[in-house]
Amino acid sequence: MSSVAVTAQTAGKGAARAAARRRSSGTRASRSASRRPGWVTYTLLGIALLVFAFPLYFTLIIGSSDPVAIAQNAVPQWLPDSSLFQQFKTVIESTQINFWKALLNSVIIAVLVSMSVVMFSTLAGYAFAKLSFRGRGPLLVFVIATMAVPTQLGVIPMYILMSEIGWIGKLQAVIVPALVAAFGVFWMTQYLSEALPYELIEAARVDGASMIRTFWSVALPAAKPAAAMLGLFTFVQQWTNFFWPSIVLNQQNPTLPLVVRSLQATYFVDYSLVMGGVFLVTLPLLVAFFFVGRQLVAGIMAGAVKG
Amino acid sequence: MAVLSPTTSTPERTGPSHRPSSGPPKRVGFSQRLGRWDVKVSPYLYISPFFVLFALTGLFPLLYTAYVSVHEWNLLGGQGEFIGLENYLAVLDQPVFWRSLVNTLSIFLLSSVPQVVLALGIAALLDQNLRAATFWRMGVLVPYIVAPVAVSMIFGRMFADQYGFINAMLGLVGLDPVGWHSDRFASHVAIATIVNYRWTGYNALIFLAAMQAVPRELYEAAVIDGAGRVRQFFSVTVPQIRATIIFVVITSTIGGLQIFDEVRMYDAAGLGGPSKNWMTTVLYLYDVAWGNQKNFGRAAAVAWILFVLILAIGMVNFFVTRRISTSGPSGPKVSRRRTKELLANARAAAAAGSATGSRVPPSARPGPDRPAGPTPPPSRRTPGENR
Repeated sequence: MSSVAVTAQTAGKGAARAAARRRSSGTRASRSASRRPGWVTYTLLGIALLVFAFPLYFTLIIGSSDPVAIAQNAVPQWLPDSSLFQQFKTVIESTQINFWKALLNSVIIAVLVSMSVVMFSTLAGYAFAKLSFRGRGPLLVFVIATMAVPTQLGVIPMYILMSEIGWIGKLQAVIVPALVAAFGVFWMTQYLSEALPYELIEAARVDGASMIRTFWSVALPAAKPAAAMLGLFTFVQQWTNFFWPSIVLNQQNPTLPLVVRSLQATYFVDYSLVMGGVFLVTLPLLVAFFFVGRQLVAGIMAGAVKG
Repeated sequence: MAVLSPTTSTPERTGPSHRPSSGPPKRVGFSQRLGRWDVKVSPYLYISPFFVLFALTGLFPLLYTAYVSVHEWNLLGGQGEFIGLENYLAVLDQPVFWRSLVNTLSIFLLSSVPQVVLALGIAALLDQNLRAATFWRMGVLVPYIVAPVAVSMIFGRMFADQYGFINAMLGLVGLDPVGWHSDRFASHVAIATIVNYRWTGYNALIFLAAMQAVPRELYEAAVIDGAGRVRQFFSVTVPQIRATIIFVVITSTIGGLQIFDEVRMYDAAGLGGPSKNWMTTVLYLYDVAWGNQKNFGRAAAVAWILFVLILAIGMVNFFVTRRISTSGPSGPKVSRRRTKELLANARAAAAAGSATGSRVPPSARPGPDRPAGPTPPPSRRTPGENR
């Protein structure tokens, strides 16, 4: 049951890289026996990608057209032009929209929540995967069971609670309820029970490391790949989250998805401006996707393989 | 109590390096006592943040919802008298509630079925020896990073009744414009399209991962049996990844019954349209609590009804799945044995060592993007996420 992650722990990073290369090249060799797909496949995939990309392109077109043209034509023009930047400028400078504040808030919430979810999930996942303690089995079952529970239906008491402690309109009202995630605990438990050999923990303990030191120096490095993926997904989820923030936050202190809402409320007749704003709101994650999309793909596919 | 203590750790846990018991220490010093305490308490310390925070922000609100639902309770006035099940009766008496329930189920069905079918198709396309595989995989994931509210705004415009892009396209092929915002069923189709846009590519990648875990020898056997590509897909691929299909259906059920973002942004008012044509149950909950009524008691009753409904559907799902997965293996197992037999015969008939490729037992097959081991998450969405 040796894996690349184990190799990284036992034989060093270089060996792990070599192992990963060997593994992937072996796969490729066995697959290259099957023939390359024909143009039909590429055409169909190309169409699918065009369909997926078109709505974003559509925002650019509408954002570049003037409202009169939009009111008369479904597709006022086929190419975006420089007037798009005028819309961006209007949205950014609008006092009703609070764009910079929303961007900053979104970053703060997504970063803090991702860090906290990763930290607490790794801690709990390590305990569930590698330490034995009374009640471990039932507690893990409880964690898994909570994943099927629609906790967002508890919004009413949450709102009552938040107004009692005066957090309505403040960022902590969004951050604190999201600090832990059952899915994260489950994910890290699964990963660590595979990727972290008991020998390493024992070695650290024999060397006199305390429990927390063992976690910090042995478990945490081993958990890095899965932790990075968990962090990415939590980030995207928080960044696109709307339901709860729309209840506890307001236009003076919004997140980016709330900006979409206030765009519609403020400029609903000026589609050009609204669509320009929608694209602007989407842009940060689109840029980030360029760099981390590969990891997101790997994460989804890793989580999906059924035993 | 932890890994190190040889008396409690099972051999299976400590693995090959299980050390023989070394007897009790002769002198128990303070640091050793501290160490033992460390070992005993640490696991609980490590899991406590999750359980404490979850109890506070997940479990307690859910249970407290039941308490709120049996009281008169308003956004402004706060807690009122205990009124028993009156809130529930009031909610069940509202035609809008029932309308929202029907809308939710209709949108859910329209979004889940085509989504699974399309995702399977895209996954089948991706599950080939593609050039620039990463590019295509990333491409289908682009919609996932667009916030549902933004997607809904864009599609709300594209599905505009007048001068909308979709109606213009329909006009090009000679069809009459559809009232995407005026017709009830059409609005459900449009909103389901919004949901599908965001999740089809995501699910396709899940299916793709499952497809890559299907032993290639099954395809070889199918080819020997004379099956074409389409037949291979329906007779090998789909049965082999059935567990994953069920998993996707279940997770999309939990999310699909809580649709909010998409309907909230579908028009400017965001309350399900003039005749509540696309008001879903969660949107109804929102409207009762923070809209015109500001009635927390009733909203809590709606939440609790929906909660029970989701749990019930989840249970049904669970038992159906269990039945399928327990009765399932007999089918594939037989056919796998049969195909192996056929394969052996065929190989014996053909010259030994002909181009069958490097064959690995299915269990040891790495799969290109497979990590250290199988990590099946029962839910790919973290709780609290709304779709």
